[in-house]
Amino acid sequence: MSAHETSSERSWEPAEDHADAEQAAKRGSFSSRRVFIFAAIGSAVGLGNIWRFPYVAYDNGGGSFIIPYLVALLTAGVPFLWFDYALGHKFRGSAPLSFARLKRGAEGLGWWQAGICFAIAVYYAAVLAWATSYAWFSINRAWGDDPNAYFLGTYLEIGDPGVSMNVVPQVLLPLVAVWVVVGLIMLLGVQKGVGMTAVIFIPLLVVAFLALVVRSLMLPGAMEGLNALFTPDWGALLNPGVWAAAYGQIFFSLSIGFGIMITYASYVGRKTDMTGSGAVVGFANSSFEILAGIGVFAALGFMAQAAGVQIDEVVAAGVGLAFVAFPAIINEAPAGAVLGVLFFLSLVVAGVTSLVSVIEVVISAVRDKFDMSRRAATTAVLVPMMVMSLLFFSTASGLYVLDIVDHFVNRFGILLVAVVSLVVVAWGARALPRLADHMNRTGNIKLGQAWVVLLSIIVPIVLSLVLLQELWAVIKEPYEGYPQWMLIVFGWAMAVSLAVFGFIAARVKWREGTSLDVDAGHRGEEVR
Amino acid sequence: MTTSAIIMMLIAILVVWGGLAVAIVLLARSDAAGDPSIHRDL
Repeated sequence: MSAHETSSERSWEPAEDHADAEQAAKRGSFSSRRVFIFAAIGSAVGLGNIWRFPYVAYDNGGGSFIIPYLVALLTAGVPFLWFDYALGHKFRGSAPLSFARLKRGAEGLGWWQAGICFAIAVYYAAVLAWATSYAWFSINRAWGDDPNAYFLGTYLEIGDPGVSMNVVPQVLLPLVAVWVVVGLIMLLGVQKGVGMTAVIFIPLLVVAFLALVVRSLMLPGAMEGLNALFTPDWGALLNPGVWAAAYGQIFFSLSIGFGIMITYASYVGRKTDMTGSGAVVGFANSSFEILAGIGVFAALGFMAQAAGVQIDEVVAAGVGLAFVAFPAIINEAPAGAVLGVLFFLSLVVAGVTSLVSVIEVVISAVRDKFDMSRRAATTAVLVPMMVMSLLFFSTASGLYVLDIVDHFVNRFGILLVAVVSLVVVAWGARALPRLADHMNRTGNIKLGQAWVVLLSIIVPIVLSLVLLQELWAVIKEPYEGYPQWMLIVFGWAMAVSLAVFGFIAARVKWREGTSLDVDAGHRGEEVR
Repeated sequence: MTTSAIIMMLIAILVVWGGLAVAIVLLARSDAAGDPSIHRDL
């Protein structure tokens, strides 16, 4: 036990266990470490694993990308995961409550993170609605011979860039369905809703995606696809942009830095091995990314061969990969419907567990702050979320708004708050040694000086460089050529308002029964 | 597939999936070491 530990942490007395059980009953909790690990993997494994990693790896050195990728995983990804776990597990609260218990003035960081999660949930649901539609469309290849025209014209009914109030019924209906399903999951609570969804969906995702990989590997041209993905370009390792891409991929993929892992860690028993759990989550997320790379590039290899073109002419990422390239593959592949259902089912399943996790950040924050019941907090959060989601993303301009919000909230929301929170915790509160001590009490993997140095110096510098690179890119030329007013409203103003909201929300007083003293808190004392 | 692509694919699979296997084994061993609280439901 080090000198950093407070007296109240030196032993686990029965009374403390009792107080913890009371807190768990009040806030909700995962019934076991296994459920927590599934939920954390469910959050980390999302759309980005399937539609972002394969392209990033291909575009940044192919096979040699594994080296910066692993370095980023071990020097930034897993250490940051442990940082989030330490905050939530030690301070036993949602993101705002955990930051407030760390340092009173830091609460705004937690609300900033909750605001970011709110914004993400609003548009993320729309992508799930599209994927749900496309799982159905796969059965009879409803998109016909021109998947691009079908997606943009027939399905999204997209017009010129701008904001449209024309509702698109074929998007509205699945979007409502997504919100109803997610609403029911959230109402069921931490264990029965969030936890059990992950326990059921993650194995389902692995089985569905494995079937997709096997099917893709049997297609002609698949080996050429893998060749394109894994052929190393050693010269790329000398390019700083490749290393930035590796750190960016690891950072965005692991669901770190914006409150999810803090929230989930607060639902885990005090004696759980959090460092060992974090290593499992980190490697599980990367394992799925490798699997996704194999499945996606095998399918792209087939598409290139069928079209008689080079792989680089068919490679795509994001929305283009899912809703244009894959339908084209499904058109050409034998038993393409099976491939299509497996692919879009995987997207939906991976997306639901991630969407649930970002919504839980907001619900947990509202519950802690206002001492609300699960049902009341879920309603208070989901109703405005759903209204905004339907308003902006069931209309003909949904894709444009989604693209801008997604781009800006990832970079000038998640990345920025991650850097700021690291600096505040490491340098403002100088709390990293305390957090390491907390993790080392139960962790099988011990956090030492190296972890402190990584999080206080290396990770903030690397993430700041990635952030500056992104900032320069959007200053240099308007993102994707969208009108300036759209970039200002849905990009800059949205990102800034989330930060401002965070520090305004932090001024609202906590309820009488909520202690901001974590050591007193779990004994039920009130200090405010 | 070229030899270098096959080697890099095998390295990626072995390191990442192997890393997952090692992490799971380490976590299971820490259970076996006997912390009675690990399986406690809240």
